[in-house]
Amino acid sequence: MKTLIKNGRVVDPSQNIDAVLDILVEDGKIASLGANLEAADAEVYDASGLVVTPGLIDMHTHLREPGLEAKEDIISGTQAAAAGGVTTVACMPNTKPVIDNSIIVTGIKDRAAREGFARVEVVGCISQGQKGEALAEMGDMTFAGAVGFSDDGHYVDSSRTMLLAARYVSAFDRPLMCHAIDTEIDHMGYMHEGVVSARTGIPGSPYIAEDIAVARDCIIAEYTGAHVHICHCASKGAIDIVRQYKAKGVNVTAECTVHHLTLTDEECSGYSAVARVNPPLRSMDHVEAMRAAVLDGTVDCIVTDHSPHAHEEKDVEFRYAPNGFTGLETSLGVVLTDLYHTGIFDLKTIVSKMSCEPAKVFKLDRGTLAVGAPADITIMDLNKEWTVDCKKFYTRGKFTPYNGKHCKGKAVATMLGGRFVMKDGIVG
Amino acid sequence: MSKANVSLGGKDILDIASLSVDEIELIMKTAGEMKKVLKRDIKKLPSLRGKSIITLFYENSTRTRTSFEIAGKYLGADVVNISASGSSVVKGECLRDTILTVQNMDCDAIIMRHPIEGAAKFAAEVAKPVIINAGDGAHAHPSQALLDLFTIREDGKKDLTGKKIAIVGDILYSRVARSNIAMWNKMGADVHVAGPMTLMPQCIADLGVTVHKRVEEAIEGAEVIDVLRIQLERQKNGLFPTTREYARIFGINEKRLALAKPDVTLLHPGPMNRGLEISWEAGYCDNARIRDEVNNGVAVRMALEFLTIMGGKQVENID
Repeated sequence: MKTLIKNGRVVDPSQNIDAVLDILVEDGKIASLGANLEAADAEVYDASGLVVTPGLIDMHTHLREPGLEAKEDIISGTQAAAAGGVTTVACMPNTKPVIDNSIIVTGIKDRAAREGFARVEVVGCISQGQKGEALAEMGDMTFAGAVGFSDDGHYVDSSRTMLLAARYVSAFDRPLMCHAIDTEIDHMGYMHEGVVSARTGIPGSPYIAEDIAVARDCIIAEYTGAHVHICHCASKGAIDIVRQYKAKGVNVTAECTVHHLTLTDEECSGYSAVARVNPPLRSMDHVEAMRAAVLDGTVDCIVTDHSPHAHEEKDVEFRYAPNGFTGLETSLGVVLTDLYHTGIFDLKTIVSKMSCEPAKVFKLDRGTLAVGAPADITIMDLNKEWTVDCKKFYTRGKFTPYNGKHCKGKAVATMLGGRFVMKDGIVG
Repeated sequence: MSKANVSLGGKDILDIASLSVDEIELIMKTAGEMKKVLKRDIKKLPSLRGKSIITLFYENSTRTRTSFEIAGKYLGADVVNISASGSSVVKGECLRDTILTVQNMDCDAIIMRHPIEGAAKFAAEVAKPVIINAGDGAHAHPSQALLDLFTIREDGKKDLTGKKIAIVGDILYSRVARSNIAMWNKMGADVHVAGPMTLMPQCIADLGVTVHKRVEEAIEGAEVIDVLRIQLERQKNGLFPTTREYARIFGINEKRLALAKPDVTLLHPGPMNRGLEISWEAGYCDNARIRDEVNNGVAVRMALEFLTIMGGKQVENID
């Protein structure tokens, strides 16, 4: 089967391309890329006025399967991905049971390949049961296809365990994806400590919880040579530590979420549990530091930390709510609205951080429209105006602080391995 | 805006920030009338006859709950008390469902205390009846700030503009502190705070207060001192070394009290930890208005229940 995507503005930072070109897709791969391509037997997609990029890659999501299907499952989660223009998601292992052995890794990959609407990369646990003690079988999980390891949701409190994990995993060429937030300091509060916490009375968590934890994990990366990837970095202090260690040549990478680039702790002013997330939404100085870190290359990946929860779990008092909200169906729209149309990021930066660089950091054969690459393609309309309506989400998690937000820019088609999995917002 | 047009009818009382000065003055005026009723031989008024009030308490409380309850009864309302420990909450009912259940018994007001900040606002968004916040976590305790204002005025300080008010103790976890800071600032006072720095919120100065490292500096020349209750669990959680040191360095005793204006009004929301945040002598000194606060609390809560449920329509008919 052939598809010809015609007359789109192709933005592919992996090849330093930004030009109106045609893309011919054949047998699930990019067959050719050039001006005025012809293929008589191909289905034609007219991308005039649209932007065509490598499929978006989101290395931090929670698909909740197995065990937490009231929140999400592989089908609903990958439908949400396709709707948002995302073709690869990495799923975190804090499921029930947790993903700490190869059979669960294999099971998720199999189910995703059969039933999913996006490619699913599986992140395994660092420690057995995410308990922060004995190491999980990271070797076995690597051979089953795990993309990295994380006790996401929990900091590995024991420095010895973390040091051993880094040494052990360095033989398998997989990153440790660190939820680097000092547990005890984090547990001092439920939101960012600052003027909003002082005013609302919601106990605040000092941002140095991140700085302290990130410093330790960067030190361990330097000492062991292991690849440490800092998850959802949101503190100006922590990202500056990452910057320093990167400058020293240490194998450290970092990601930042869409919400930490676009929202502040003012979201908590109204006590809405929707805004409860970890790391918490921080003050504007942190948001600006994270934007600067995206621009200077300290941040490698923009992610969602898509964290769906069931209605009854999130519709409660602020402190009783679980952390996190959904993001896959809003990430591109919010980034285009708040960061592109405002002139803060250019399109190349956005596509790099949401596709090319995640592929590079995690050594995926994607994040490019180079000939021979899998035909994972996102087609976006930069000027499409729309309003976020969580009732229309594919994800089961219907809570997001962006609900009702007026956006400009959206994915209008998503191609996965040469097949359209979303057109005009309809996944199928 | 003339005061005649101010009405609190149907308004949720969630915090001090959402009350205008005119609304506060209306509450003060009405509480003054209610206090006269309290001094009568027969206290019962028919004002809220046929109305029902439910107190819904998710935390232990003696004075606040009793005070709201007796206030409602003096006004002729039927008052029913629900405490979380004896309700469906222990069976796992969520706040939304509990509020809807209570609402569907056609009550006119729900007085709620809850350990989580924002719970009163949550209830107000769910419920049609009036919600009066009797304390939500460390956020707000508006009736306390109102009764404190009433007590200070009764003590002869009608105009607080530029007057130094000191709030001493656990500011971080205190809803009384937040509501009183909001109230004193609204009244134009000069607000000072002191306490262990582990119990002082970051950025508290941005709320319009002067932070002191020494309690003496906060008290010096003060016209009002608001002593906050220290929860013993704060010490157990390591937020200050010992209760002994707290009493020595931050406790309000007669010696420290002498630094304030001679006619200082000494307030404490209760219950007091004698010998910890306040000495025996200070608690019973001539400047202490702590027992007046309890009495005024009933009058202020009568005013709140009356004004929110009836819209103050009969306020002129009390006498």
